[in-house]
Amino acid sequence: MSRRVLPITVIVMFLAMLGFFYKGLQLDPQKLPSALLDKAAPSFTLPQLHDASKTFSLEDMKGKVWLLNVWASWCAACRQEHPLFMQLARQGGFPIYGLNYKDEVADAKQWLKQLGDPYIVSISDLEGNVGIDYGVYGVPETFLIDKEGVIRYKHVGPVSRTDWTEIIEPKMKELEG
Amino acid sequence: MNRKIVLLIVMLLCAPFLQANEAQLREDPAIKERFKAIASELRCLKCQNQTIYDSHAGLADDLKKQIRNQINAGKTDAEIVDYMVTRYGDFVRFNPAVDTKNIFLWVGPFVFLVIGGLLLYRYINVRRNEAVDDNESISEDDRLKAKSILEQSGDK
Amino acid sequence: MLPEIGNIALIMALVIAVIQGTFPIYGAAKGNVAMMSIARPAAAAQFIFVAISFGCLVAAFVTNDFSVLYATNHSNSQLPMLYKVSAVWGGHEGSMLLWMLMIAGWGWSVALFSRKLPLEMVARVIGVMGLLAVGFFWFVLETSNPFERILPALADGRDLNPLLQDPGLAIHPPMLYMGYVGFSVAFAFAIAALLSGKMDATWARWSRPWTTIAWVFLTFGIALGSWWAYYELGWGGWWFWDPVENASFMPWIVGTALVHSLAVTEKRGSFKNWTVLLAIFAFSLSLLGTFLVRSGVLTSVHSFAVDPERGLFILIYLGVVVGTSLILYAWRAPKVGLGGRFALVSRETFLLTNNVLLIVACGAVLLGTLYPLVLDALGVGKISVGPPYFDMVFVPIMAVLVFFMGIGPLVRWKKAEIPDLVSKLKYAAGVSVVTAVLVPFIMGEWSFMKSLGILMAAWILSSIFVGIRNRIVLSAKAGGKIGSLSRSYYGMQLAHFGVAVFIIGVTMVNGYEEDKDVSMNVGDTVEVGGYTFRFDGVKSAQGPNYETQIGTLTLFHDGVEIDVMRPEKRYYNVQQQVMTEAAIDTGIFGDRYVSLGEPLGTRGGWSVRVYSKPFVDWIWAGCFLMGVGGFLAVSDKRYRLSSRKKSKRGIDETPDTENDESAKPVMVSVNEGKV
Repeated sequence: MSRRVLPITVIVMFLAMLGFFYKGLQLDPQKLPSALLDKAAPSFTLPQLHDASKTFSLEDMKGKVWLLNVWASWCAACRQEHPLFMQLARQGGFPIYGLNYKDEVADAKQWLKQLGDPYIVSISDLEGNVGIDYGVYGVPETFLIDKEGVIRYKHVGPVSRTDWTEIIEPKMKELEG
Repeated sequence: MNRKIVLLIVMLLCAPFLQANEAQLREDPAIKERFKAIASELRCLKCQNQTIYDSHAGLADDLKKQIRNQINAGKTDAEIVDYMVTRYGDFVRFNPAVDTKNIFLWVGPFVFLVIGGLLLYRYINVRRNEAVDDNESISEDDRLKAKSILEQSGDK
Repeated sequence: MLPEIGNIALIMALVIAVIQGTFPIYGAAKGNVAMMSIARPAAAAQFIFVAISFGCLVAAFVTNDFSVLYATNHSNSQLPMLYKVSAVWGGHEGSMLLWMLMIAGWGWSVALFSRKLPLEMVARVIGVMGLLAVGFFWFVLETSNPFERILPALADGRDLNPLLQDPGLAIHPPMLYMGYVGFSVAFAFAIAALLSGKMDATWARWSRPWTTIAWVFLTFGIALGSWWAYYELGWGGWWFWDPVENASFMPWIVGTALVHSLAVTEKRGSFKNWTVLLAIFAFSLSLLGTFLVRSGVLTSVHSFAVDPERGLFILIYLGVVVGTSLILYAWRAPKVGLGGRFALVSRETFLLTNNVLLIVACGAVLLGTLYPLVLDALGVGKISVGPPYFDMVFVPIMAVLVFFMGIGPLVRWKKAEIPDLVSKLKYAAGVSVVTAVLVPFIMGEWSFMKSLGILMAAWILSSIFVGIRNRIVLSAKAGGKIGSLSRSYYGMQLAHFGVAVFIIGVTMVNGYEEDKDVSMNVGDTVEVGGYTFRFDGVKSAQGPNYETQIGTLTLFHDGVEIDVMRPEKRYYNVQQQVMTEAAIDTGIFGDRYVSLGEPLGTRGGWSVRVYSKPFVDWIWAGCFLMGVGGFLAVSDKRYRLSSRKKSKRGIDETPDTENDESAKPVMVSVNEGKV
């Protein structure tokens, strides 16, 4: 009797492993949820891109649902999502704020001039310190922050139209409602 | 796109921080040792499977600078690792935390060892005590073979 | 035209594999000689068709046929010829075809070198290999056909990933696959044994050389991969416990256990069930590795392009192959006899302990590799499990294993006496402890890990010395010739010697390596590990398919110039990728390693990383010796002599040559009793 225990245990463990693999096939190991999800967004005060004498801070956004988009002029993938942002900005009521990450101010301004500026306010994180506080590891990244200043969602990589219509927009509506 | 521009962009992306390099030359061995230990336990998120110590990606260099600054500011190793985990999540640690969700990861190998030891003990006991030369199941080959070995060895 | 021929050949191979996988097995069950006789010609035909197919793919690469999608994605007209050929297995589809070529090649070899085996056995073994091949052919044709056309043809290809444009990587995958796929032979032998219900010492003797050869290839393959990572990835590491590395390491660990367990089954008839289970495990883990690498379920630097459909196919295949064999095992294995009796202190016990420790080690690696996936699947969170974890659990297990490894070869079969072992090994133990304490002090600072590593290596070396000395002295006294010790004995000791060399390498590198990350202007020097590097600037140059920046560093030791090192930073035009080519000054007692970082400022300064890596090459030298030891063991007369005799006197013949090791330990120990 006991001589069947080993093979049967092995089979059961193997089946369990297959189950996990099957589940694993549907997951993307590259996708990392933000460690800051459902936590208070780290506060910051940074100079604005277009006018370094003015500052912008997290506290300014209390009571609003908004998007913080991390971008840079050296970031090729940022060009992919940019047209979508431009279109949404033209439609109006698109609360997107740009965090220009580890960039040269002149390059960033040139980039916006050339491709259009969808951002309500652009801020400069030249050293990338705010980026570190927000756990940014790949640009572009987009954070959805609620009225209480809590991070509700983070999107890594360029935002596609489906990402916007199926995930981000519904979430924003829900938070506003 | 122009090749030279791409090259420039790629180089910029990887641009390391000059200050960090110079700082390293001057710092004392104890700090260097601590720095290496911490940076070797953290994952460079941009490069998938590499430590930030080994990586030259921009973010890795920034984080290395952070670690140095924090060591110099008197932070403990645990505090520095915590700093990274609160920002980048558990994924950033190559040395997983000992907590409830990782309990089986850490206990597992010892459980395997204990189970393996018990099975080994039982198996050897069976071979030793229960009459094993069960002639009905042992093959003819084995019997002949065993016989010849015994003959050769001069055993009875 | 050629790609179509390749495709048709592949379909033909599938048809043949179906025939090969059905008739011989059915024939063996019914005792139908005609059906069983199909096995050998089918295996040969399968190999020929796969070879044609593979040849057609190679031709597409060599002739720059960019109407073949796979060639377009992985080659380029500017690519040097060597890499055009190795690019054939540089991507998923082609590497699967290489895998197929190998499984067919192993099948054909079994057909060729099994003249002395009973037809029934041959039919089952080749039949099982045919069934395995069916799944792979189907997989390739269904999801990953390398001959798919793209119309209109592209002007030029997208080039091979620059990381793979390296001689080491040209031979690493074939070696590794030879090992992975080689375990399919051990697996087929195990399944054949379960099907026939006959598992005996002769069965073990037949499958043993195949298993050892597969293990040797896997050893070489892994070592090459590690060496490649060391000089190509530019950060001087040689092993990272990456999921894909682990995927190749796990079958190796189980294969090592299997090689040892087969020794017991062959010589004493014990552990039959266990040996069969290990053979199933070894190949299952090879398949698991394939799944992990090709499905994208884990994050790794080495993975192929990800496709969930392929992942699902391999998962189903894995489930069918492993599931069926485990069920067959659960059904058949309990009926097998236990084999020879042995005492608590005996060679059998030591080998079984070795097996348990290796399996526990493999279990730990598997746990660490899959744990992130399990947590993710349960939605608990994302974690990483990396070197600190694996080092922590792996090293203690290995330390215990090495302790037993020193004693094992000196222990008699069946029954041994502890006082006898103590008297044999007391000097070895003394020498090892003294060495372990002293060496780190002589080298510099002492630490526990350094001492442990030295202790392990010294223990293996001194016990090998004791073992060989005992054998020579005793066999001389018994009137035997010195040369009469079998090759399999020397092979075993050589492989163990390789382990010691490996451990020395690892201990020294981990304990004494130094590195500096510095910014240098022309004329600057930096000192690391007693060597001085002078930076002499960087020049641009043009390669066949890349632009490169070549740095020049002059290496000094004690003020004497000993080498000029030229690390490179290459920019590959087609893939638009930057690659670091480290420069290495290799020496028996260590390497000096330089890699270029980035240009700094406008006056020709660069960031440079310099390393001193004492004894690092001993790591791969150790692996090489392990592999050579395996080959030496396989070349033992026993495997040839006994088979020749079998043909004359039937398979039950027990080898009785004095060279045969199975008789040796007992004989030696008896003689020893008289001394």
